[in-house]
Amino acid sequence: MIEVDVGLDLGTFKLDVAFGNGRGITALFGPSGCGKSLTLGLIAGLSRPTRGAIILDGQALVDVEKGVFLPPYKRRIGLVFQDSYLFPHLSVRHNLLYGRWFAPPGRKEIEFDAVIETLGIDKLLGRRPARLSGGERQRVGIGRALLSCPRLLLFDEPLAALDMSRKLEIMPLIERIRDDFKVPIVYVSHAIEEVVRLADRVVVLQSGKVKVIGSPNEVFGADVSAVDDRFERSSALTVTVGGADAAYGLTELVHPAGTIWMVGPAGAPGRPIRILVKATDVILATAPPPETSIRNVLMGAVRSIHAVGPLAMVDIALDGAEHLAAVATRHAVDKLELRPGSRVFALIKATAIDERMAAASS
Amino acid sequence: MHLSPEEWTAIWLSLRIAIVATMASLPFGVLTAYALARWNFPGKTLFNGLVHLPLVMPPVVTGFILLILFGRRGVFGPFLASIGIVLSFRWTGAALACAVMGFPLMVRAMRLSFEGIDRRLEFASSSLGAGRLWTFALITLPLAAPGIIVGSILGFARALGEFGATITFVSNIPGETQTISAAIYSFTQAPGGDAGALRLTIVSIVIALVALIASEIIQRWAEKRVASFE
Repeated sequence: MIEVDVGLDLGTFKLDVAFGNGRGITALFGPSGCGKSLTLGLIAGLSRPTRGAIILDGQALVDVEKGVFLPPYKRRIGLVFQDSYLFPHLSVRHNLLYGRWFAPPGRKEIEFDAVIETLGIDKLLGRRPARLSGGERQRVGIGRALLSCPRLLLFDEPLAALDMSRKLEIMPLIERIRDDFKVPIVYVSHAIEEVVRLADRVVVLQSGKVKVIGSPNEVFGADVSAVDDRFERSSALTVTVGGADAAYGLTELVHPAGTIWMVGPAGAPGRPIRILVKATDVILATAPPPETSIRNVLMGAVRSIHAVGPLAMVDIALDGAEHLAAVATRHAVDKLELRPGSRVFALIKATAIDERMAAASS
Repeated sequence: MHLSPEEWTAIWLSLRIAIVATMASLPFGVLTAYALARWNFPGKTLFNGLVHLPLVMPPVVTGFILLILFGRRGVFGPFLASIGIVLSFRWTGAALACAVMGFPLMVRAMRLSFEGIDRRLEFASSSLGAGRLWTFALITLPLAAPGIIVGSILGFARALGEFGATITFVSNIPGETQTISAAIYSFTQAPGGDAGALRLTIVSIVIALVALIASEIIQRWAEKRVASFE
């Protein structure tokens, strides 16, 4: 359990953040330069805040008012970097055992063999980091941090340097670490797909301030309508797996506002999952659509319209529950005579939903 | 090629002086290089200048300063003599002169290799629970090893070739302070000494070549050990 309430004044940039985490994965999310890596550095002990305190499991890691600063090596916080930073002169095995050697004797709860098995790195133990691929290196990096038996794991954009198929390999591993080893995780990322898939809680940062804290559904619903970059606007929807159409390879996802067909399998019927819908993939209509290739229609009412230059950020309250962020041109909004309260049909292309990023919803 | 006992003495003395000078200055060299690479402290520029002074000053000047500081009647001489350390006109003094002359070269190479280490590796180490000394011993030092080796070889080579500071500080006493360089100088000053000078010249070249090749091999091995990518 970590409680962060700190400020850092760098002159040109002011950071002021407050959040806490419990179990599971807390994501620090925001565009580059929003202060998320700086926040991570403060938690890890890389830099000192100018105000406030960070408390981990009741112990002050840093408390400016009381003059407390615990050096990084005493914090027992595991770090996973974007570029893994394995020690090049040590074998994979010795990299993995490095932190374990320094862990307090009574606190080595995490078993070497269990970690090796979970991460699938048993064949790499004798190798040098130079002979590992990017994905392998990141697995070893995660294992090294985990085996130091940390009280908290910090991930700093761990997938940013990997290609999509490597990302899809590593993401389930991070979920297993959360579930099997019960280490709380703070996960820094600017990739909304990763955050929606992995996070239990999202802290959205903008210009050094916390903008909103909540579950992915709350945060990536309409509550973040102030994100003015249309490509960053997305909504997380919680849906239930319905039937599957094996012949066409599709899965029916049930939402109170309508049915969504998604490409590929999604697990057993009745399972709740979370999907991400990008605002730019939503088409708005005021009448039931005629025959098009679009299969997915969600019903709702316009909650608010927020103009940004030639664009209109439209926030739709879906029937039943949840919000959907959409973006249209102001021209289109005026032609359709959309205003708060208007009934709309939200059309979503089935192919625009990334089934690989669909996450089990808790 | 036949070498006289006096010539052998000069060779062994040179090697002993160079090895002792290198070994004794190694810990100070590592510390100085690390301090220059990593720390900011008041007077850093002045300190850096002092370290490099023997590189740019005439060796005779360095030798004379050593004489002023460590000579029998020098600033520290009487005190050192009272605890049993006599440097002037002894081979230990020659080792000191060689160490001082080789020090800037040694520090330059080591400093570069410390500066080349990604500090995030050190940070990764401390995040894994290793304190400063452990991180230095287990991460920083091994990663700087190629540069430390190169620095040591450079210091050793400089020590072997040192002449001006040594002869000024401890003179040219056969069997005590007469190194290969000093012996060659003596040969050239005496009539008919050309053959002896030539013999010692060949020995110098052989020692220099062996040291260079050895350093190349060790460095290649060390770099392979710490390479991030192959």
